[in-house]
Amino acid sequence: MFVRLVYESFRRQKRRKFLAGAAITLGVTVATAMIAVATDIGDKINRELRAIGANLIVTPQEDTLDVEIGGVNLKPPSDGAFLNEADLPKIKGTFWHNNITGFAPMLPVNVTLQRDGKAENLTLLGTYFAKSISFGKEEFKTGVRSTHPWWKVSGAWPDDSSRDVLMGERLAARLSAKAGDSVALSGRELHVSGILSTGGSEDDEVVAPLALAQEILGKPGAVRRVYVSALTKPEDAFARRDPKSMSGAIYDRWYCSPYPQSIAFQLQEAIPHSHAEQIRQVAQSEGAVLTRIEGLIFLVTLAALFASALAVSAAMATAIFERRSEVGLMKALGAGRLTVASVFFAEATLLALIGGLAGFAAGGMLARQIGRSIFDSQITIAPVVLPVILAIAVIVTFAGSAAAIRKAVELDPVFALRGEL
Amino acid sequence: MSGGASRLERDVVAKRAKVPHTSMFVRMLLRAAVLRRGRAAAALLAMVVAAAVATAMLNLYVDVQAKLRREFRNYGANIILVGKDGASLPPDAITRAESVIAGRGVVAPFALVVARTSDGQPIVVAGTDFERVRQLDRWWSVSNWPAASKQALVGVRALQLVSPNNQPFDLSFQGRTIHVTPAGTVQTGSAEDSRIYLSLGDFFFWTGVQPSIVEIAATGSPEEIAAIMRHLQEALPAAEVRPVRQLMEGEARVLGKTRATLLAATALIILTAALCVLSTLMGWVFDRRRDFAIMKALGASDRLMNGFFAAEAAALGATGALVGFVLGIGLAAWIGRVNFHAAVTPRFSVLPLVVAGSMVVTLLAAILPISSLRRVQPAVILRGE
Repeated sequence: MFVRLVYESFRRQKRRKFLAGAAITLGVTVATAMIAVATDIGDKINRELRAIGANLIVTPQEDTLDVEIGGVNLKPPSDGAFLNEADLPKIKGTFWHNNITGFAPMLPVNVTLQRDGKAENLTLLGTYFAKSISFGKEEFKTGVRSTHPWWKVSGAWPDDSSRDVLMGERLAARLSAKAGDSVALSGRELHVSGILSTGGSEDDEVVAPLALAQEILGKPGAVRRVYVSALTKPEDAFARRDPKSMSGAIYDRWYCSPYPQSIAFQLQEAIPHSHAEQIRQVAQSEGAVLTRIEGLIFLVTLAALFASALAVSAAMATAIFERRSEVGLMKALGAGRLTVASVFFAEATLLALIGGLAGFAAGGMLARQIGRSIFDSQITIAPVVLPVILAIAVIVTFAGSAAAIRKAVELDPVFALRGEL
Repeated sequence: MSGGASRLERDVVAKRAKVPHTSMFVRMLLRAAVLRRGRAAAALLAMVVAAAVATAMLNLYVDVQAKLRREFRNYGANIILVGKDGASLPPDAITRAESVIAGRGVVAPFALVVARTSDGQPIVVAGTDFERVRQLDRWWSVSNWPAASKQALVGVRALQLVSPNNQPFDLSFQGRTIHVTPAGTVQTGSAEDSRIYLSLGDFFFWTGVQPSIVEIAATGSPEEIAAIMRHLQEALPAAEVRPVRQLMEGEARVLGKTRATLLAATALIILTAALCVLSTLMGWVFDRRRDFAIMKALGASDRLMNGFFAAEAAALGATGALVGFVLGIGLAAWIGRVNFHAAVTPRFSVLPLVVAGSMVVTLLAAILPISSLRRVQPAVILRGE
């Protein structure tokens, strides 16, 4: 009888059930989409923040001081220690290699420019533009085009295996050079494939493939420093602790959290004789921005959950309120309060489950749409969230119905049947 | 139940004796709200909550850019002034730059030379204003800021070279020597680590070199920053004004995407809240089909009926929107305090939007059930079928 009551209620009151179900579906859709966006927003904004530049730097351990003003290096070129280029692919072998979005080695070299019989001292910066590197079975491309996205080139980017160079825009203006010209640098005739504009010291320099800079310096495989762009977690008090003072389990937790400090620590392990450090301007500030945005979206998600809970409750309350005469009839026929309540709760559960499932699917699609249109990348929702969402849907539906069901149960059948209330 | 009803009736009779003769229309409106208090309150509550959430979201959406821009100033300077071709800036460069900025940011000067340590090693020594740097470059990890004259802030890498045991050391530049005490160290992970910082006064007294770089962190929209850069160029024709491009571009991207996400969330939340109001109100109106039938049976015209329900809906919408607006401003202010540690300024431009939206939703909620009821004969409703 109980099952039949519930079944018939769904079969005969399709419109009302549909309305209540639609409200639940919509509520769950919004909740799911917002939860998906909120859990992923940190990662997405982190990727956007990489546009500001690398947040970690790797230098040789025994490096001498930089004597550099406004991008002009006053240190003898052969001075100081170097990293080995062959060690660089190991960056992709560290624990957090998936969080490393790119790296770019730098090798500044002092060169002389011969022009109209005069010699001028310049800095030539060797780097990767978009070099293909393989580590194990993995193939990836890295270089300044991914780590320094604000570098703009009019003309063409040089190929990493070529002998083409980029000329900084201020230098080019001074020499009235343009893309396609050639320059004489330290006895080599080099083809300028494009004019580089960065807004920084590179505007006064010549930027070349790393191999060319090594050849000019006469030190194959030498790299002065490596800029690493990594997705990191905002630093907290735990991140700042010294790994040497930690015991096993705590050390593991520190090591396996993507703090700037722990990624720097792992880079130092991967590259021999190196010193890795966060670039505080980038790393510290992005922590602040990220925390604020995550906090904002979290609060907004709470508001969304609240609004959808309210919508579901309102729909359920209305649906039950409309069925007072039915309750009156049941009671007049001798149904107890418990029976009446359990019929309504069974219906609510069924509705919540169906609406929850439909809403979860729709919410996943909505989240994907938001991800694609705003961030040009996927926002996927973990299947783990499904039981949580269903539980929330059932609880909210129950909570929304509870007041209305209590009222219905306490109803005097005489009044209900006469329609006087 | 019946006891409550009769008490209610008595109340009503007592009240009616004192109330002056108002028109039937207004009385019906008021009585509808008074007699079905529970349902009316539920509808009003839904309206208030929806309006509050909508107000808070719209307010945040308008304000979030200003708030996040402030956070982005943690990254330091977004405009740099340098002397053309490496020359020093005029001595009044800072005051002139400051008058252009006029409180909308922080200005810090830097003067740089390459000096020699006592054993002849080259090292970059900078003169600056520590108070300003402290505000501008908040990421600098400094153990102790210099407070007195002849005290230096030493980069962590430079410290090993010049003063491994924290002892005072000599620096020489073009034959002139200065004796300084390390007050603390600075660590940034970039060029600052290999430099020594002195106060501008000490630096100028020692080298006679004026600042050649002024770093400026200006707050404002891209248009405001562009205007500031234009004014700086006019005020200081001897300087080259450069934007820090990676910061400007990164900031614009992050702000744009955060705003877009917030917009999507706002749209979803407002839609949900509107549907909540719609379903509550429709239930309420549907519930009153008997009133509707009686009015019709007594000879009310369609126009009067529509007017009656529309006026009721409009009153509910307006009340809900106003109360909700106040609550929503409070909610936005709370979020601002909790998340950004700054007040979110109330935007009264949002108010007409919220009121209009609420009216549309309530009118829709009233009109939809009425139009479906209109086709039904009053007798059928009154018989309860």
